[in-house]
Amino acid sequence: MAEPTSHLSVPTGLFDHPGHLLPGLVLLAGLIGLPLLAQAWGQEFYIGVASRILIFALAASSLNLILGFGGMVSFGHAAFVGVGAYTVGILMQHGISSAWLGWPLALLSAGLLALLIGAISLRTRGVYFIMITLAFAQMLYYLMISLKVYGGDDGLTLPGRSQLGWGLDLSQDRTFYYVVLGLGLLVFLGLQRLLNSSFGHALQAIRENEQRMVAIGFGVYRIKLMAFTLAGALAGLAGALLANQGGFVSPSMMQWSESGMLMIMVILGGVGYLYGGLVGAVVFLVLEELLNTVTIHWQLGLGAVLLLVVLLAPNGLLSLWRRKAGS
Amino acid sequence: MKVSCSKALSLTLTAAAALSLLAGSAQAADKIKVGMLSTLSGPGAGLGVDIRDGFNLALKHSGGKFGGLPVEVIVADDQAKPDAAKQTADRLVKRDKVDFMTGVVFSNVMLAVGKPIFDSKTFYISANAGPSQYAGAECNPYFFNVAWQNDNLHEAVGKTVQDKGFKKAALLAPNYPAGKDALAGFKRYFKGQIVSEAYTPLSQLDYGAELSKMRASGADAVYIFLPGGLGVNFIKQFVGAGLSKDMTLFGPGFSADEDVIRAVGEPMLGMFNTSQWAHDMDNAANKRFVADFQKEYGRLPTLYASQGYDAARLMDAAVRDVKGKIEDKDAVRKALKAAKFDSVRGAFKFNTNQHPIQDYYLRVITKDAQGRITNRTLGTVFKNHADAYVGECKMP
Amino acid sequence: MTGILVLEQSLNGLQFGLMLFLLAAGLTLVFGIMDMINLAHGSIYMVGAYLIASITAASGSFWLGLGGGVVATAALGAVLELSVLRRLYGRDHLSQVLGTFAILLMSNEAVRMIWGAQPLALNPPAALAGPVELLPGFSYPAYRLFIIAVGLAVALLLYLLVTRTRYGMQVRAGASNREMALAMGVDVRRLFTAVFALGAALCAVAGGLLGPLLAVQVGMGESILILAFVVIVIGGIGSIRGALLGAMLVGGVDTAGRTLIPLLFDQLMGPEAAANAGPALSSILIYVLMAAVLFWKPQGLFPAHG
Repeated sequence: MAEPTSHLSVPTGLFDHPGHLLPGLVLLAGLIGLPLLAQAWGQEFYIGVASRILIFALAASSLNLILGFGGMVSFGHAAFVGVGAYTVGILMQHGISSAWLGWPLALLSAGLLALLIGAISLRTRGVYFIMITLAFAQMLYYLMISLKVYGGDDGLTLPGRSQLGWGLDLSQDRTFYYVVLGLGLLVFLGLQRLLNSSFGHALQAIRENEQRMVAIGFGVYRIKLMAFTLAGALAGLAGALLANQGGFVSPSMMQWSESGMLMIMVILGGVGYLYGGLVGAVVFLVLEELLNTVTIHWQLGLGAVLLLVVLLAPNGLLSLWRRKAGS
Repeated sequence: MKVSCSKALSLTLTAAAALSLLAGSAQAADKIKVGMLSTLSGPGAGLGVDIRDGFNLALKHSGGKFGGLPVEVIVADDQAKPDAAKQTADRLVKRDKVDFMTGVVFSNVMLAVGKPIFDSKTFYISANAGPSQYAGAECNPYFFNVAWQNDNLHEAVGKTVQDKGFKKAALLAPNYPAGKDALAGFKRYFKGQIVSEAYTPLSQLDYGAELSKMRASGADAVYIFLPGGLGVNFIKQFVGAGLSKDMTLFGPGFSADEDVIRAVGEPMLGMFNTSQWAHDMDNAANKRFVADFQKEYGRLPTLYASQGYDAARLMDAAVRDVKGKIEDKDAVRKALKAAKFDSVRGAFKFNTNQHPIQDYYLRVITKDAQGRITNRTLGTVFKNHADAYVGECKMP
Repeated sequence: MTGILVLEQSLNGLQFGLMLFLLAAGLTLVFGIMDMINLAHGSIYMVGAYLIASITAASGSFWLGLGGGVVATAALGAVLELSVLRRLYGRDHLSQVLGTFAILLMSNEAVRMIWGAQPLALNPPAALAGPVELLPGFSYPAYRLFIIAVGLAVALLLYLLVTRTRYGMQVRAGASNREMALAMGVDVRRLFTAVFALGAALCAVAGGLLGPLLAVQVGMGESILILAFVVIVIGGIGSIRGALLGAMLVGGVDTAGRTLIPLLFDQLMGPEAAANAGPALSSILIYVLMAAVLFWKPQGLFPAHG
């Protein structure tokens, strides 16, 4: 079994993704300074908006892992976000509001579900894979609607945010924002390491030419399933954070249109780019927010922008910025 | 090709510029901001539009002011979706920092937006949604309902159907808190046999399956609670399936007011319904309201419009009574409870759970003197009726 | 559970299935021949319903509205195809998802801007508004019978078009093997526009017929779009025969689910619990059906390719 190019200290291979240290740090500095800026302008409300955007960036990045880097077009990713959110919500309904219990459980339950769904779905390919993942997500959606004990389609209101302890009060928007930022950063760095590792290389090679990888002797199904499971787990974490941010969980978080929204973010940002999920989520949601204040017909503007991106920047916005690593 | 430092910097500056665009003006201390979060799209749109229009008419009648202070109304569409509504409610109380909120039509939306509104100590004057939770165990000092509690109109129909001697009833309501309240209220006063009881998803518009069930159940009375577009569809399909020949259709005022009449027309003649208000009520405030509503909007008002109108009049009275000092929440609450305003229903008073104690009337759909198909008030079903949940409310 | 209940539900299922077929037929052709995922298909259905409702309201005649609206929607579909969608052929499915989703957003907003946020009223013609006595003691809505009749007629017309005309032969060739059809000299560009316009016309018929039963409102296409995709996956992408069978299956399962399951649950657990579990379970059943079909026949029931 051939070993792909190993993880050297300076990633420069075809499937490597440099983290772009300098612009990355500038971006990080901007993100850290954002709440202070918002408070200076008296716009504390937007700290909550920014938290939401970061959470969606996390969800989109998890989708990018399998969609962009793995070539698996999953149309049911929002279901994992929903499962994570409901884990937190249901636990709170039963009096358990510790983040140390709730959030890892959200990760676990979403990951477990992804393992199950992936095990079945990954046996198919092409449009059938898309439809099967969609089907499973819809089944979960209808299941949550039927569970009136947890709100059904009227949704579940959370009594408060998760308790973190250590003097960190998550009900303070600013504290919550920094926690989300911290978690997002951790996940981002982890994803970068993963993509530059032999596992990441194998995954991307599978996206490029699956038959060749099978012929060489890689455990293609196993690798794809591991990636799918991880992506689902990370989406569950995003869901737990989303439930906290909005204080509300409802089955509509799992609808196919939400999965479509996540896909749009990834495609918009740049499929297969490390910053793709982040850029896509930020651009999409900021655009939505901006256009909302300008006109009530903001969906027209958003649609027009998306269409232009498809026609002019077919590989997402990041393809305009820079070429893919190595290509 | 590496990203240059300047590009990243320009991105940050663009973000900052974007943020400044979003920065709204600081709130002026000498005006009243009202958040009107209502259903303005989808099958329930007619209800929200009427509440909004009634509210705006009252505002016009008081010269665009509440208690002498200018009023700014921020209108938003909740699309009848609890999750979208919650985000919009958050925006209204946290970014726009509104002083009052109103407008929600559907009870599931109301239950979703309640918490952020109450937590931010913003007064919510409900012009429609009256879930039993907020009348009973979860009553909140910041929630006032100027319309009714959900069960009330249905209790009145239950009594009517019982008094008219029907023995077997088939029931239908949407599967959400108000639907459950509705059938609970009906069953509280109807003592006959319930041969069929069904709850449909709020989004369902095709009642073929439910109509088959009703046909098979052998009921002699059919009671539906299907607000707005849902009711329109059901009544058309009910008549289309030939069931109107064997079964008498009853509904609350929600399914039998001007909006539904406009859409369905003649097949509705003879339908009994109940309401806390009718456009032929004989008092000065109502005469002015109905006349001006027709002049302004070119249509007869529904009960939703009357509720929106009264909500505005209540806010006006409260601001007037605290002499504009709306920062004093306790004083505002006392003023709201006192409810010293001229309702289009005549005399108005709140119960201890901040829901109305009022009369409920029986109406029938007939042709009036001008040949228009509309409601005519027949009599009173309940006098000074309180809701069934007031005992569970422990208001601080 | 009486025989009349079963009969009535079967007719309802047939009616729903036929309308789903109209939507699925256009979708499967576009997917099969142009290899394009079209998320805007539901939007065309919506625009068709709006146009029909408007023309009906303006002219006072449902028939004029139906005819005029279908023609107008077909023209609109052709324009859309020529201007924007043409550029998405040959692109990967992801780009098509993004592009057609953008069109979905824009058409929702455009409809809202032109016709307002409130739903439009669309009533069946007075002649069809009442019941028809099919059996002694059983009256069925005339309008639903009309829908069934139109649905069957359109299905027949489509069958004739696809199997008996030259154009239909080109469509089948294109669905079966696009490159070969091109090589054999089929004027692909004209064919694509025509196929798309046909799909749009079918959407409009479904929209106009279902409008009086449901509601003509913004976003009405989204819920039915996903069902249409399920139907074409079950039936086999590119196959109209498959779309018909798939639609019948889905329509049947959906209707049976909405009556039988609540009936069963009513006996077992009471109306409130039945109301919660019933609709969810019947919807889940449709997806289970799709998964089962894919498991047994991974390319769908009547795959067009190869």
